[in-house]
Amino acid sequence: MSMIEAEINGIPVSVPAGTTILDAAKKVGVKIPTLCYHSDLDAWAACGICVVKVEGSPKMLRACATAIGPGMKVLTHDPEVVEVRRTVLELILSTHPDDCLTCGRSGNCELQSLAADFGIREIPFEKRVTRIEPDTSTGTIVLNPEKCIKCGRCVLVCQQMQGVYALEFIGRGDGTRLAPAADVSLNDSPCIKCGQCSAHCPVGAIFENDQTRVVWNAIKDTSKHCVVQIAPAVRVAIGEAFGMESGELATGQLYAALRRLGFDVVFDTNFSADLTILEEGSEFVKRLTEGGVLPQITSCCPAWTDYMEKFANDFIPNFSSAKSPQQMLGAMAKSYYAEKSAVAAKDMFVVSIMPCTAKKFEVSRDDNMSSTGFQDVDVALTTRELARMIKQAGIDFAALPEEEADSLLGEYSGAGTIFGVTGGVMEAALRSAYFLITKEDLEDVNFMECRGLQGVKEAEIDIKGTKVRIAVAHQMGNVEAVLNRVREAKEKGEDVPWHFIEVMACRGGCIGGGGQPHGATDEIRMKRTAGIYTDDEKSVHRCSHHNPMITKIYEDFLGEPLGHKAHELLHTSYQERLVYKK
Amino acid sequence: MTATAETEKMLTPEIEAFIEKWREKPGNLIMILHRVQEEFGYIPRQAAFEVADALNIPVAKIYGVITFYHFFKLSKPGRNQIAICMGTACYLKGGQDLIDECERILGVGLNTVTEDGEFSVEAVRCIGCCGLAPVLTVNGKVYGGVTTKQISKIIDQYDER
Repeated sequence: MSMIEAEINGIPVSVPAGTTILDAAKKVGVKIPTLCYHSDLDAWAACGICVVKVEGSPKMLRACATAIGPGMKVLTHDPEVVEVRRTVLELILSTHPDDCLTCGRSGNCELQSLAADFGIREIPFEKRVTRIEPDTSTGTIVLNPEKCIKCGRCVLVCQQMQGVYALEFIGRGDGTRLAPAADVSLNDSPCIKCGQCSAHCPVGAIFENDQTRVVWNAIKDTSKHCVVQIAPAVRVAIGEAFGMESGELATGQLYAALRRLGFDVVFDTNFSADLTILEEGSEFVKRLTEGGVLPQITSCCPAWTDYMEKFANDFIPNFSSAKSPQQMLGAMAKSYYAEKSAVAAKDMFVVSIMPCTAKKFEVSRDDNMSSTGFQDVDVALTTRELARMIKQAGIDFAALPEEEADSLLGEYSGAGTIFGVTGGVMEAALRSAYFLITKEDLEDVNFMECRGLQGVKEAEIDIKGTKVRIAVAHQMGNVEAVLNRVREAKEKGEDVPWHFIEVMACRGGCIGGGGQPHGATDEIRMKRTAGIYTDDEKSVHRCSHHNPMITKIYEDFLGEPLGHKAHELLHTSYQERLVYKK
Repeated sequence: MTATAETEKMLTPEIEAFIEKWREKPGNLIMILHRVQEEFGYIPRQAAFEVADALNIPVAKIYGVITFYHFFKLSKPGRNQIAICMGTACYLKGGQDLIDECERILGVGLNTVTEDGEFSVEAVRCIGCCGLAPVLTVNGKVYGGVTTKQISKIIDQYDER
């Protein structure tokens, strides 16, 4: 690779050809302010705050969208550049509401911090804010276009990264506004509720539907027995809201914090992830050995399930009928745990803490989610909402002593915890499928082929002579190509390209979920991922079928995987869904 | 990309043939949308869905285009469409006065259709005959050097009420 020699603020820099001025500046310790730019996306150069001077150029250039050239002399900061940036900010602020104090992003808003850094004290321009009603139609993500600064991140995320095309800019010039395409409500649009728009929005224009007060009220209600579960990916990210490092495991602190908040019993979605593996793994082995529909496709990501039902419903027969771990835990709490604890299901309130906005949609997506006669999970909160509750309760999170989860639905194996990363469901399934097929355990349980941030990962696994071809895709926009290969093979009457496919809608898997603390980049995703694998490695049991509490739940209650009771409580079905109903 | 609800097809066989002709050509979307608007007077939502299906492009892209260009209309205009030029020359020569007079006579403002569906008024950008400013068109026919006094006479020519 050819290297470019240039100068930034008089400091020599050597970077590979194609590097932007923005990235080159980082290398020499210079931080150029940005607002619309996000490292996940192609530079869109919408805001103009990253302008710099380049010797010989009559105009200022945008550092995010300009590749550094050989011999270039860049000046990133001088009074004139700072003044231009200030004006850009003042102009943006002149069309932005001033209700910071009641905004969901107050305290971690990128516009607010820039305004603070630049010491903006007054706006010299006429204030012009177009009133637009928020769109709350999905019950998961709230669109508040009034606060939109037209940075373009959400539109690029929705279209380029996710391939969903729910969001688009409507209109032009200063009449431009963010809206679901065709100006329908978000719920009638192709939106799959993945929440990546909310995770990427720099301001308060898109955020999760805050349900913390519903949960506070349930905790306060003495007639309710409050059950809580935490998803795998939450434990490696929530610490970020309390000054901990990304990826630092906070499982023990989470259990402790949830008890202090007042939950009566603390369970772990990792337990039901193990349960999912027993069901989904058995289903796979059955399809593989008895000639069922292949490839089997994972179904634990509700945004992906929603996408499939809308845009790829020719794959309904391929979808694993196993419910997601969130729903399995809800169903087990209101049946098995109700039986063991003698607390009636009707008196139980099940809350789940999820890295995900689509999980809010999943809890009531159809009747199968009420398999116990009640809604199995009452409310799903995102990691961000839980962090706020912990702060409201005055809990010094980082200083909490580590506690354990409650028994029956709390113990988990390493296979359960890796559900939180791309490739994790596949790896966990393979660990148990190997046992189910050969009746022997793996010597080395690590399937490195499943790991990493590559968009689509493929491998052929040799299970003592049985060749199993797998594919792992994450970030919704990468999935269509995988599906198309399956469709092609089917049309040509060829053998299926893969036997088992895992899909997660968010980049990196749930650790990069739409409900996680803001600011995820690949660097942060990799740290969170490392935290998950650390949790796996330090687990006593690494395979779901070794989790003694899983053995117990089948002995005590469920019977056998794919059995009658399991089907009633742990499996679901899918249907075609139309978009643009209007 | 668009699993839309099954409703009666809106695009005529002629438009479908037009789409086929333009399918592989660059810039086809704008041409096809022009053709759709020629047929219906605007871009009905259902037609946008059907174009999206036919070209296998997201509805979002179509709405990005039709809301970006002023030419495309999202709602049905009046049977008679009055377009008043607000380009620089016409603006300076009193284009706004013509708009106000139309509003006074018809009782509806810009981009609104009279209750009986007969007239709608829109402001447009330069239509390329600045020498005649101020200019308006009715159903494409150009009227130059228009004064506010002439407006009611022009409207009367089209009024079949």
